[in-house]
Amino acid sequence: MKKAFQKGEWEKVIDIRDFLYHNLTPYDNGPQFLKGPSKKTQELWKICKGLLKKEFEAGGVLDIDTKTISTVTSHKPGYIKKNLEIIVGLQTDEPLKRAIKPYGGIRMVEQACEDYGKKLDMQVKELFTKYLKSHNEAIFDAYTEEIRKYRSSGVITGLPDNYARGRIIGDYRRVALYGIDRLIEEKKKDHSRKTGPMTDILIREREEIGEEIHALEMIKEMAASYGFDISKPAASSKEAIQWTYFGYLAALKEQDGAAMSLGSVSGFFDIYIEKDIAERLLTEDEAQELIDQFIIKLRLVRQLRMKEYDQIYAGDPTWLTESLAGMFIDGRHKVTKTSYRFLQSLYNLGAAPEPNITVLWSEKLPQKFKEFCAKVSIDTSSIQYENDDLMREIADFDDYGISCCVSQQKNGSQMQYFGARANLAKVLLLAINQGKDENAAVTLVPGINPQPESVLNFDKVMKEYKKTLSYVAKVYVNTMNIIHCMHDKYYFERAQMALLDTDLDRLMAFGIAGLSVVADSLSAIKYAKATAIRDGDGITRDFVIEGDFPKYGNDDDRVDSIAKELVDSFNKELNKHRIYRGATPTLSILTITSNVMYGKKTGATPDGRKKGEPFAPGANPMHGRDTHGAIASLNSVAKLNYLNALDGISNTFSIVPRALGATNNEQIENLVALLDGYFHNKAQHLNVNVLNKETLLKAMEHPEEYPSLVIRVSGYAVNFVKLSREHQQEVLARTFFESM
Amino acid sequence: MLRVHSIETFGTHEGPGIRLVVFMQGCNFYCLYCHNPDTRPLKGGTEMSSEEIIELLKKQKPYFKDKGGLTISGGESLLQREELLDLFKKAKKAGFHTALDTNGSILDSDAKKLLEATDLVLLDVKHIDPVWHQKVTSASNAPVLQFAKYLEENNIPMWLRYVLVPGYTDQKEFLHKWGTHFTQYKNIERVELLPFHTYGFYKYKELGIENPLEDCPIPTKKQVQEVVDIFKKYFKEVYVR
Repeated sequence: MKKAFQKGEWEKVIDIRDFLYHNLTPYDNGPQFLKGPSKKTQELWKICKGLLKKEFEAGGVLDIDTKTISTVTSHKPGYIKKNLEIIVGLQTDEPLKRAIKPYGGIRMVEQACEDYGKKLDMQVKELFTKYLKSHNEAIFDAYTEEIRKYRSSGVITGLPDNYARGRIIGDYRRVALYGIDRLIEEKKKDHSRKTGPMTDILIREREEIGEEIHALEMIKEMAASYGFDISKPAASSKEAIQWTYFGYLAALKEQDGAAMSLGSVSGFFDIYIEKDIAERLLTEDEAQELIDQFIIKLRLVRQLRMKEYDQIYAGDPTWLTESLAGMFIDGRHKVTKTSYRFLQSLYNLGAAPEPNITVLWSEKLPQKFKEFCAKVSIDTSSIQYENDDLMREIADFDDYGISCCVSQQKNGSQMQYFGARANLAKVLLLAINQGKDENAAVTLVPGINPQPESVLNFDKVMKEYKKTLSYVAKVYVNTMNIIHCMHDKYYFERAQMALLDTDLDRLMAFGIAGLSVVADSLSAIKYAKATAIRDGDGITRDFVIEGDFPKYGNDDDRVDSIAKELVDSFNKELNKHRIYRGATPTLSILTITSNVMYGKKTGATPDGRKKGEPFAPGANPMHGRDTHGAIASLNSVAKLNYLNALDGISNTFSIVPRALGATNNEQIENLVALLDGYFHNKAQHLNVNVLNKETLLKAMEHPEEYPSLVIRVSGYAVNFVKLSREHQQEVLARTFFESM
Repeated sequence: MLRVHSIETFGTHEGPGIRLVVFMQGCNFYCLYCHNPDTRPLKGGTEMSSEEIIELLKKQKPYFKDKGGLTISGGESLLQREELLDLFKKAKKAGFHTALDTNGSILDSDAKKLLEATDLVLLDVKHIDPVWHQKVTSASNAPVLQFAKYLEENNIPMWLRYVLVPGYTDQKEFLHKWGTHFTQYKNIERVELLPFHTYGFYKYKELGIENPLEDCPIPTKKQVQEVVDIFKKYFKEVYVR
């Protein structure tokens, strides 16, 4: 039986949300329909696993194409094993071979090649040193002396000034629903609309649209090289996935942003899959095969990075974030069978960090789906959760994706300028040290009064801290404005921007690190006696804390309010400044793995943290200071106001399965209740790590990396790393014996 | 005022759902395998009022759904039964589920009043044999069995618990006897088997007290399964913690 799509506005204008709204079939039942991997998938994945092993053994990088500057069409078609691949397309001509993208910065590319025993092609080097300019060079031409000082001291770090900024999510679904020709036609309309007095703004816009049209032509050409004509809309589920992937692949070929997320494609795919199944053109086995094969492609995405990059973002991440489920504004949920199929891939192919599967959680999602998510979390630790009720309401929009880890972006109509983060713990030390960097004694903030007494006084410290924060915010905004002006100019994301509206809502995503360190430090100054130990130059070397003080992470308003106000006030400071291209400043509390590096660059702090010791990640309380259990800890984080941190508030929750409950059913039930409760309290994000045996084994070998790993049994909790080796082994035996 | 040893906001092993677990300071048993020896002394702990605990419950309410609630554990909860009655009454009034984790050693009129405000009792019957019970806990099991009987007669829901310690509580004949004793009880919702563990050992070191079970092995998977199989002959719901 032939089944047509429901008509709507989406036919007249580019509007994927409208297409979803009229065509999506919410699925209320459980996972019983799901299928295992097909034979082809299994064979293909076996080959990939072999390649991944080789890559690991080769030190992390299997191969680099050191000659070809990567563009949408630079590489000839690549295959893993053609007869096994249902969805095709690789970044280069071979799987796991990394491409060079020197527009971000030639020195970075050269160093990355060298780090992995390769040499960058001489001609490419010559081209970029003699004739072409990269984003990185342009930024350093414009940076002020002050910005350079901030950068090297580590007050502002992780800036995307020597690689692509990423974070932009093209609406890759547009390729499938409309076909390239229609998208070119629409962009041409925009181009002809952009006339009038030729100001620099208008000229830039016209040039950018021109670039985008060119990129669309290139995407079509790249698809043709794989034997597909994508000028017209996709006519089947296989084509819909393939067309969408070509759009995404184009972005991945042109850019090497830290995070290049996918958006939210599963619901869109589901419409095509359900149609094909209804027309008996597709079986459930084949539907799962399509998803598994698409996921295989995502798992092979690689970017070329310097080894040093590992300090900020450890483990070669790509943040191909796919956001699932959530609700429509009209109250229908968006769980589809394909939401399940995506999760099922974690069983069919095994657990993996990429794609970064994100469940948009609502209290109103079907209970069966919630339970399946919890089960997948417990089995694989591979999903993160974000509060759809909160984000949908504030954005007043229901078709959005998560960029990177926690940043909401409306699909198709919004973009963001990524901006790493400011180290607020270091900023506190600046305030206590008359504006001087505690490591280099360079003055970074002028006009900061000294703290006259060695016992720190809360009001006096706060007064200087506020001044310091205000000044740092100003420098931070200046830095970001320069970076993004140059990125637009020298490393414009033509392939992604071609798949977004021409007139975009722009966000500038600022960030902070060290929130819990500062909250606890200020609490120590306020409620205990914190004495600064200073060196000959009057710079703090350490702090002596006498007496107890409330610590963030225990649901104690005395200190949680300090953390909350800190976020509110820094966000307010950012809003005082003029932002590049009329963007709206947003703020994240997110560090990924850089909390360790930030800690290294920061002297001792008044909370008792020693020089060089790591921070807690994101908005997490400091390791071991949350002593009242997980709910108290979650409640502290939930008090931070998302309205003042719209780029996201990241919290990571790690637990062993048995600490969630004795039986598998109890564990699932309790994890669902935990997520419902946390998000009911208007928290935004939770990373759920249900730690497996392998993790615990690793924690035994590298205890320093697992300071907050807690094991729990009836009535009792303990830090895993506090136990002797024998005890740890015992825990391993105990934790992983089968529940009855 | 209640004397509280510590608070756990994410209790998942002390009754149904997610629970606020309040560990009370002070104990009247001296169990060889105690994993919380720091809760034994009758003095010490932090003073908390019922109101303060109700506040904590309110903060946790969104996590309870239709299952979770408050559990009082220890130490031994019944040592503070008078103060707990006030807390449980207030908690019930505010709509919270109340559970009492106890060794069941006290059954006076105050304890009975407390049980009236208790939705669920987690009762630890540590040994069925009086001699062994004395040896394991330094106390008699007669009051404990009386307590269990009282719960049955008054139809107060109960989770019956048993700590499995090799060489102390693993004698087959006594396990059968334990099962036989309770099998007809209508108020038992489930039986939970708690295998002995060594997580509390470091506390003995910190407190500088002798650990009588220092060399005791933990039960093997096989041993645990054997006990589960025995208990399953007598009870429908048997869980391992």
